[in-house]
Amino acid sequence: MSESPITRMAEATPQPLARKVRGLSDRAIAWIFVAPTIFLLLAVNIFPLIWTINLSFTNFKANRPNREVEYIGLRNYERILTDSDIWLSMQATAHFLFWTIFFQVLIGFTLAWLINKKFKGNDLWTTIIVLPMMLSPAVVGNFWTFLYQPQIGLFNYVVAFFTGADPSSFEMLGSVQLAPWAIVIVDTWMWTPFVMLICLAGLRSIPDYIYEAAEIDRASKWRQFWTITVPMVMPFLMLAVLFRGIENFKMFDLVVQLTGGGPGSTTELASINLKREAFEKWRTGYSSAFAIILFVTVFGLASIYVKALNKVKDR
Amino acid sequence: MSYSITDPSPRQKWFAGTLVILYALITLMPLVWILMTGFKTPPDSISYPPKVIFQPSLEGYVNLFTTRTRVSPDDLAALPPPANFAEEIVRNRDMVIVGPSKFGERFMNSVIIGFGSTFLSIFLGTLAAYAFSRYKIPLKDDLLFFILSTRMMPPIAVAIPIFLMYRTLGLSDTHLGMILLYTAVNISLAVWLLKGFIDEIPREYEEAALIDGYTRFQAFYKVVLPQAATGIASTAIFCLIFAWNEYAFAVLLTSGTAQTAPPFIPTIIGVGGLDWPAVAAGATIFLLPVMVFTILLRKHLLRGITFGAVRK
Repeated sequence: MSESPITRMAEATPQPLARKVRGLSDRAIAWIFVAPTIFLLLAVNIFPLIWTINLSFTNFKANRPNREVEYIGLRNYERILTDSDIWLSMQATAHFLFWTIFFQVLIGFTLAWLINKKFKGNDLWTTIIVLPMMLSPAVVGNFWTFLYQPQIGLFNYVVAFFTGADPSSFEMLGSVQLAPWAIVIVDTWMWTPFVMLICLAGLRSIPDYIYEAAEIDRASKWRQFWTITVPMVMPFLMLAVLFRGIENFKMFDLVVQLTGGGPGSTTELASINLKREAFEKWRTGYSSAFAIILFVTVFGLASIYVKALNKVKDR
Repeated sequence: MSYSITDPSPRQKWFAGTLVILYALITLMPLVWILMTGFKTPPDSISYPPKVIFQPSLEGYVNLFTTRTRVSPDDLAALPPPANFAEEIVRNRDMVIVGPSKFGERFMNSVIIGFGSTFLSIFLGTLAAYAFSRYKIPLKDDLLFFILSTRMMPPIAVAIPIFLMYRTLGLSDTHLGMILLYTAVNISLAVWLLKGFIDEIPREYEEAALIDGYTRFQAFYKVVLPQAATGIASTAIFCLIFAWNEYAFAVLLTSGTAQTAPPFIPTIIGVGGLDWPAVAAGATIFLLPVMVFTILLRKHLLRGITFGAVRK
């Protein structure tokens, strides 16, 4: 965020004026205004995080609060890093992350590029495309299980209609091969509009005169696209990828409703695995350690990514 | 009207428009299907091939709002004639209404928690955003980053201690507990969005008010607040939509009195998993307000979504 000169100049009430102002001082007001927010975030975010870190070194089980808690050092972490279930869920998460981002960037950018041709009524159609991302993922995900039913589901029917296959011959959610793709399809349906909107903001930020100059220099449309449009939208696109990446790494509601992690554990993403460990098996200490590992991973990847993003922006 | 050489040709526009509208129609299909399934009878909803044309029925909505029990044909014949259309629909399935379902309650919980947390996050968020926008605060950038970084945490990662904390404090499954939780999640977004809006209001207005003898506080709520009204409203809609849609915390921390609609709606399906019209009816009632809002307020909303990207 760059600071405008105006912001810096008028940082506080001008000195001569400040003396005449009645009531509370600037300092007092500033603290009274900021304190509740900081306090709330400390209580509901930071304090629990510290508590999680503390729990991650213990063998505590939340369903047996009276049992004596023992500190077992790094043993939880050791066990997680050698647990094959955890690695399977990380693989499922990686598959989900990669393909959702791939499709969303591809479709989202294409749509934004088409919408930016400014055809008549484009803002209404944009809004209609945006609808899925405004809705509750749990409720929508639950309904998608109906669309995915073999035989009676709309999705299977449409696919069968266009491919000639038998609609009851494939089970999107029940088959080990198809389930990972079923969740990618729904997530892409839901969140492509987000990537689209950010790309659209990027496309609209490119001033017309750049294209005019290129046109005068007789640069081909193809060349204009690769040397003007793509580089100028890139920072926006990367930001969209960052947001989607963080969100999908945390993915829980949509997929838990769609597959609940199944069949077997083929779609058991990290958050779903974590929920099972923490709230079904009640291995509180163990799952706290897993939560910390996930958090550090997101934070680490995001920071590396932001550095790369800043490099692209500076170019 | 002047034409620029960079303006797409009519043919390009037509082509782009067709593709976008095609995508929009495909993307809309699942939503239209929810709406339609709500008005089908259960046998119609699971027929093959899927029925596009059907006799509309309110059975889904009746099932959504009532609990029913099966009775024997003899008992059914002995009953007095049905008092209303709902009774009639239910009796056609050899059942009688025994009471209201929990849907109304769960929906109200969503309303209370949604609006409560939105009000609180806007109230606290506006104050903090004003202070961050106008005053020198030590470590300002660090505090702002800290506020934003709280959004990176997976909800499940903090859910364990919050679950334990709420159990100790008696906040689990209470409206207050959920309102505080959603406020904490929303406030980071609220502060960032609102700071942007308040930054755009010229300081001269407040300074003029101060010279006229207003206190700082009066200047804030009589001059700045009315100016920021649009920004506050669109931020509020984002907070409301988040709280309305949230599922992970709701399913882990509520089970009864404070349960919101998202964890409840999937449980409507009932025994045998055949009552899709009732699920679709619940989903329609729950999703439709958000869709209408989105379409009506599209200008402000679309700006809000891309806000973070555009300002940086």
